[in-house]
Amino acid sequence: MGEALLMSLYVFVLAIFVGFEVIGKVPQMLHTPLMSGSNAISGITIVGALIVAGRVESTLSIALGVFAIVLATVNVVGGFLVTDRMLQMFRRRPEEQR
Amino acid sequence: MNGAPSEGLNLLINSAYLVAAALFIIGLKGLSSAATARRGNLYAAIGMLVAVVATLFSWEIVSFNWILVGLVLGAGIGVFLARTVEMTAMPQMVALLNGFGGAASALIASDEYLRFAEGTLSPSYDVQTTIMLSLLIGGLTFSGSMIAWAKLQEVMTGRPITYPGQKFVSAIVFGGAVLLAGWLVAVDANLSWFVVLSVVALVIGVMFVLPIGGADMPVVISLLNSFSGIAAGMTGFVLDNNVLIVSGALVGASGIILTQIMCRAMNRSLTNVLFSAFGSQVTATGGAGQDGKEVRSLTPEDAAVLLGYARSVIFVPGYGLAVSQAQHQVRELAELLESRGVEVKYAIHPVAGRMPGHMNVLLAEANVPYPQLVEMDTINPEFERTDVAVVIGANDVVNPAARHDQSSPIYGMPILDADKARTVIVLKRSMNPGFAGIENELFFNDNTRMLFGDARKSLTALVTELKSGV
Repeated sequence: MGEALLMSLYVFVLAIFVGFEVIGKVPQMLHTPLMSGSNAISGITIVGALIVAGRVESTLSIALGVFAIVLATVNVVGGFLVTDRMLQMFRRRPEEQR
Repeated sequence: MNGAPSEGLNLLINSAYLVAAALFIIGLKGLSSAATARRGNLYAAIGMLVAVVATLFSWEIVSFNWILVGLVLGAGIGVFLARTVEMTAMPQMVALLNGFGGAASALIASDEYLRFAEGTLSPSYDVQTTIMLSLLIGGLTFSGSMIAWAKLQEVMTGRPITYPGQKFVSAIVFGGAVLLAGWLVAVDANLSWFVVLSVVALVIGVMFVLPIGGADMPVVISLLNSFSGIAAGMTGFVLDNNVLIVSGALVGASGIILTQIMCRAMNRSLTNVLFSAFGSQVTATGGAGQDGKEVRSLTPEDAAVLLGYARSVIFVPGYGLAVSQAQHQVRELAELLESRGVEVKYAIHPVAGRMPGHMNVLLAEANVPYPQLVEMDTINPEFERTDVAVVIGANDVVNPAARHDQSSPIYGMPILDADKARTVIVLKRSMNPGFAGIENELFFNDNTRMLFGDARKSLTALVTELKSGV
């Protein structure tokens, strides 16, 4: 196993622990927003898609990359927007909304 | 931006990634508390923007035309989906987005492998291994999410789909995929077999979700959420990109936490949820309660009288509320009751609905203030002191068999003690058993009255009755 892979594994494992710590106990009302919000974060794969699509490569390669960009962007934009839409509905008192 | 890699620029880009990763962590922290959730989401979105903009400066990117097309198209679709999706359809939406993220990761891995096959790249065994993992996890996340979407959208049956020897076949396919992936790493680039592996990854996703029933969807969606994160993380290994690794790990962790919460709320292990095909059979009658007993129904007028003269009412919403889109009618009824001095609360079971927190989102959409939505452990002692519990389209989460009937498939699952209220009114379309396919003895109790019909129509009728002066 190469040095580079080991370093990456370090980062990966530590970040998982950070995730467990940071989220910890989530109130039930936030289960859906947490899921859709973290889902949007997993759209970070868009970064990979951009790199892959922007290289000078064969047509097939670019096609795969652009397709990946479209999907990842839907994931990111749709995820963050729909999370915000849900969260703005949560109000403590009904009057706040009218 | 073009040309040889500049060290300074690389440092700048990587620093931006560090900022993005930090913003994701701050964002997730915010998302786990009500007061800060919206800001948290915003921070995470800013983090994403930082990461994307930084990436565009990368020396590796030389052509922007197609990137722009992809970004504009994806953003357009994303905005459209986010704006137009009904709150009742949120589980499908989350499944769809999960799937897209997984697919993107698998496509990136495929692109890297394509470069390997074309001879422009010679990845180490380590990198090849992560390419395979990224392809497998991303691919099965995609196809699994699509099946989950189809089940939730009712394009296909929500019941578990099983066949004899299913577990055996699944094990063979999965084992085969692992062997094939290992072999692909060991040998030289072989595009045809890589394509075969991609197809197998998709098949695994389908086989994984098919035997899981609708009532277990909250677990499946949480788990797929976790997978989409891990797939992104694997892509980070492939591209040696830390922001991908960190974000993927964070999402993986948050998905696992939600999965655990959901399993605990059903008192079932993850393996039981995934492999037991829960709800595939409709058990005829189980244990006490129903023998010789008949359900008693009541008219909307009678129900309105019961509610209008109650001191306290607890609403118990379930998936049926989402199906008939009756959230606004519940809120209207609740407000009408409150104006008459009735104390109103909502009891929310953690797995009510088709995704974690489904009921909270629905009722929030209908402007129900969230302090009225009470979690299971807090509300259960209150049922005894409550005059009327109104069960709207919920079934298994209020089945008392879970408490005492050891032969019941849901025995041991924590439930809402709606049956302990003085009177229970159950709004239900018909006497069909719930999604888990189990008869509910609550319906046969002496203090239970059934109000048959579509939940929305029944609730509207109740509102009309109350307004006309009961």
